[in-house]
Amino acid sequence: MTEMSTIAMVSIITAGLTMAIGSVGPALGEARALAQALSAIAQQPDESNTITRTLFVGLAMVESTAIYCFVVAMILIFANPFWTAVAGG
Amino acid sequence: MELTPDSIVYARWGFFELNATIVFGWVVSAILVVGSWLITRNLSRGAEIPRWQNLLEVLVDQIRTQLAEITRGSGTRYLPFVGTLFLFIGMSNLLLIVPFYQAPTASLSTTTALALCVFVAVPFYGIVQRGLWGYLKSYAQPSIFMLPFNIIGDFSRTVALAVRLFGNIMSGTLIAAILLALAPLFFPVLMNALGLLTGMIQAYIFAVLAAVYIASATQAQPSAEGPQGTTHD
Repeated sequence: MTEMSTIAMVSIITAGLTMAIGSVGPALGEARALAQALSAIAQQPDESNTITRTLFVGLAMVESTAIYCFVVAMILIFANPFWTAVAGG
Repeated sequence: MELTPDSIVYARWGFFELNATIVFGWVVSAILVVGSWLITRNLSRGAEIPRWQNLLEVLVDQIRTQLAEITRGSGTRYLPFVGTLFLFIGMSNLLLIVPFYQAPTASLSTTTALALCVFVAVPFYGIVQRGLWGYLKSYAQPSIFMLPFNIIGDFSRTVALAVRLFGNIMSGTLIAAILLALAPLFFPVLMNALGLLTGMIQAYIFAVLAAVYIASATQAQPSAEGPQGTTHD
């Protein structure tokens, strides 16, 4: 078990867990927002423009948390600072 | 496997690197500028207008309508800024169908620059509309205890703007590249189509969020973040 393999193992496991756990919450929240928006559009078709725009803005806000998780996972796999430090890169 | 187009370096002078982000950013800007110049050289007002003029009219009209809805007033004042954001991001994401093209928005440098533009523009428009003291007072709404959180929110939403666009576009190109290595020919096409959709939605969201931030900074009655502002005219 060298330093390199430990760092690699921990990074990969953490990246997988980050994506797995970090996408559950946003997915549930976005699905709920979408369901609400659909029922709102069904009740008031005239307001569908405003509802859709607000939905997209809200989805973007929620989406950003999932994207933070994704960026952390990508950094861990492709641009790991500890890896380069140990590998002497 | 490159994470960003920053790592593709074409030339180097001392400490300055000419990388793919800069090159394709300039390419997108040049396409927009030259295309607009060519189209607007000979505008006509007849019953039959050129088709390219029609395209630009539809674009500008749509952006103006959306802006007027968001800012609850004349969106014309913010049309140049927000429209440019939308067109640049949308164009740079649309060109992903061109082979060997690297989207400049897949680099954190470009998205940070765009987010910084919004970060500077929001106080600028707020101070122009409401005066320096009026704008600064909006940070103490609804009570003085919210002051640090409002300031933190300003910075965090800028970071979110930059990272959201970067993460979406970068993930799209990365997934397409990985799938190309695993299962060529069919799945990458689907993923590219999905990436195009995501790219356009992200351009729209970036522009709308910029407009929403500007609207909430210029309102007489500042509201919480979001398009649900209460205006008392």
